Amino acid sequence: MILDAALVVLALAAVVATVRVVVGPTDADRVLAVDLGFVVLLAALALLALRLGAPALLDLVLVGTLVGFLATVALARLAARRSG
Amino acid sequence: MTGMAGTTHQLTGGALGVVGQLLVVLGVALVAVGALGLLRLPDAYLRANAVTKAAALGLVLVLLGTAVLAPGLDAVLVLLVAAALQLFTVPVAGYAVGSAAWRARAPMDPRTQREEGTGPAVDPDGPDGPVGEAPDLRS
Repeated sequence: MILDAALVVLALAAVVATVRVVVGPTDADRVLAVDLGFVVLLAALALLALRLGAPALLDLVLVGTLVGFLATVALARLAARRSG
Repeated sequence: MTGMAGTTHQLTGGALGVVGQLLVVLGVALVAVGALGLLRLPDAYLRANAVTKAAALGLVLVLLGTAVLAPGLDAVLVLLVAAALQLFTVPVAGYAVGSAAWRARAPMDPRTQREEGTGPAVDPDGPDGPVGEAPDLRS
């Protein structure tokens, strides 16, 4: 029950991140929104691993942590290069 | 309705289960607050503040709560490694985004209090950014 409520809250946070990706005035805002999207995805994967009883999803959490870090750093370099 | 969780993988119950659920709820609340900050704060630097806190503390709390609730040693080990990696990588990513915003001259909210001579003010000295000293101050 608590896990379901937490997943709903995470879905709302994903909507917020999507809105910021669309309207974000600068590229740095969009990079931040993608970062928050990764955080929401990883938290939802961890909770779904509990909810569905699928421990294989926890490996995805571990990999997604590293992929999210690399994606954020690479996008930040792109945003810094495009001066605007 | 406990879903399929009760069939093969029994979640931790009792007092430890309450602790795990509390950690999960706290972490999700922090992520929600971070999302609120991303939506409402006025400029990119303040949004970086909110998102970095949500990523570091919120996700680590969710992962620790999942580690408490999850059955089996494998899951606990994987989750602890993921939480430790998150704690180490989030500050680096946050610094990279903040530095990128600075170099791209992302505008600061005018209410920001800053020292004289700092900030990504528009300086006519060239595209090298504010790394040098004393860009020209607007007003």
